[in-house]
Amino acid sequence: MADSKFAVPEMAAVEVKGMTREAFLIRGTLAAVAAGGVAAVGPFLSDAFAQSGSGDIAILNYALTLEYLESDFYNVKGKAVGLTGAAKTLAALLGQHEAAHVSALSKAISAAGGTPAKKPTFSFPVTNQTQFLALASVLENTGVSAYNGQGPKLQNKAYLGTAGSIVQVEARHAAAINYMIGKSPTPDAGFDKPLEMAAVLKAVKPLIKA
Amino acid sequence: MCFGTDLEVFQSEVSDMSNPVTEEVGPKPAGAVEILARDPSERKKFLKMVGKGVGGAAAASSLAAFIAACGSSSSSKSTSTGASSTPATTSTTSANTGDIAIVNYALTLEYLETEFYKKVIKSGLFSGKVADLIKAIGAQEQTHVNALKATVKSLGGTPAPKPVGKFPVTNATAVAKLAATVENIGAAAYLGQAGNIQSPMVLAAALSIHTVEARHAAILNQLTNQSITPDGAFAKPMSMDEVLAAVKPFH
Repeated sequence: MADSKFAVPEMAAVEVKGMTREAFLIRGTLAAVAAGGVAAVGPFLSDAFAQSGSGDIAILNYALTLEYLESDFYNVKGKAVGLTGAAKTLAALLGQHEAAHVSALSKAISAAGGTPAKKPTFSFPVTNQTQFLALASVLENTGVSAYNGQGPKLQNKAYLGTAGSIVQVEARHAAAINYMIGKSPTPDAGFDKPLEMAAVLKAVKPLIKA
Repeated sequence: MCFGTDLEVFQSEVSDMSNPVTEEVGPKPAGAVEILARDPSERKKFLKMVGKGVGGAAAASSLAAFIAACGSSSSSKSTSTGASSTPATTSTTSANTGDIAIVNYALTLEYLETEFYKKVIKSGLFSGKVADLIKAIGAQEQTHVNALKATVKSLGGTPAPKPVGKFPVTNATAVAKLAATVENIGAAAYLGQAGNIQSPMVLAAALSIHTVEARHAAILNQLTNQSITPDGAFAKPMSMDEVLAAVKPFH
């Protein structure tokens, strides 16, 4: 159907395309985290994102790569940083979920006749719990925006169901982490803003080594 | 369970309706909701419209049953099969079909949430940080109502009338738990409809609201000592029938 934009003020920010301001903010936040942490920032994006099928499979591989990133962050970096207390408990829970997302997306891609993207090598510039939680907040909120940006592009409604089920959990993660560090659980207020793939890739690029 | 007109709140709704209507569709006659809300015969007409509207029937008949349950014909809860299954139609020409019915369903849920939070805030049961959180959530639900109402109009439909909520607002613990319940249902309701939505723009809007409901649910779950992710790594959707049954006690 020839669907054009809504002339609805509240929806103005919820477009399928163009989220440059948010992309900028995310990059800025990531940069700030990086500046406060270790220097090791991978300069280039691996081609994990580049050659990963087309259409729905490409979208699922994109999601898979983001889930690899989150899973690695909680399950590997989380342990390395030595989290304590409620942060440790929460990170462990979130890490389990992200690993389950990785597994589900890999299976979905294989079932669709695609090849699941390989797990990239990540580098997270955080050395303590405060930095870890700050980056967790960015990753989770970016994850929500990433899924929301792709939802309307999925052709197969079954994948939309899977993606929707996952993004709801990502949103819950994002809210809990934000709340823990004293940020608003709803940083975009009533309407979570979607992000285009390009904006997300730029945002996470510094975290991917190879 | 009854729809009625809370005139006082309603007036403020009307003044919220100054949202510009989409250029493509052109302005609908102002006060359509007002007429619907005030006039039982108009409401019946609306119900008929909704009832025969959706090609897939299930969605609309559920919505109609939802609304009708509060009117004169109280008993006829339609037992639709497959409310969550197939998308109905690609038609966008006739009123209150397909996406419009889904958005109206969402609108009804958002109305209930909005009214609930208004009551909670008024009750003064909460203070400090929690009160601020509840105010923020309530304000966001109101923006959902405004946006969905405008969306229905921009699609050429008639926004669903505002239900009157019946929420027990007794003590802080019970209210917080109820809020958590309502938000979890809301998130599941949006998730349940995502696959039925035809328009990419409506879907983008629904997804955008869906994750905000999820955020509300998570924080309220946390405040009430429940898991932030009650379904684990994969949130479960609810069909329209399931949702309507779940919210039945509240309107």
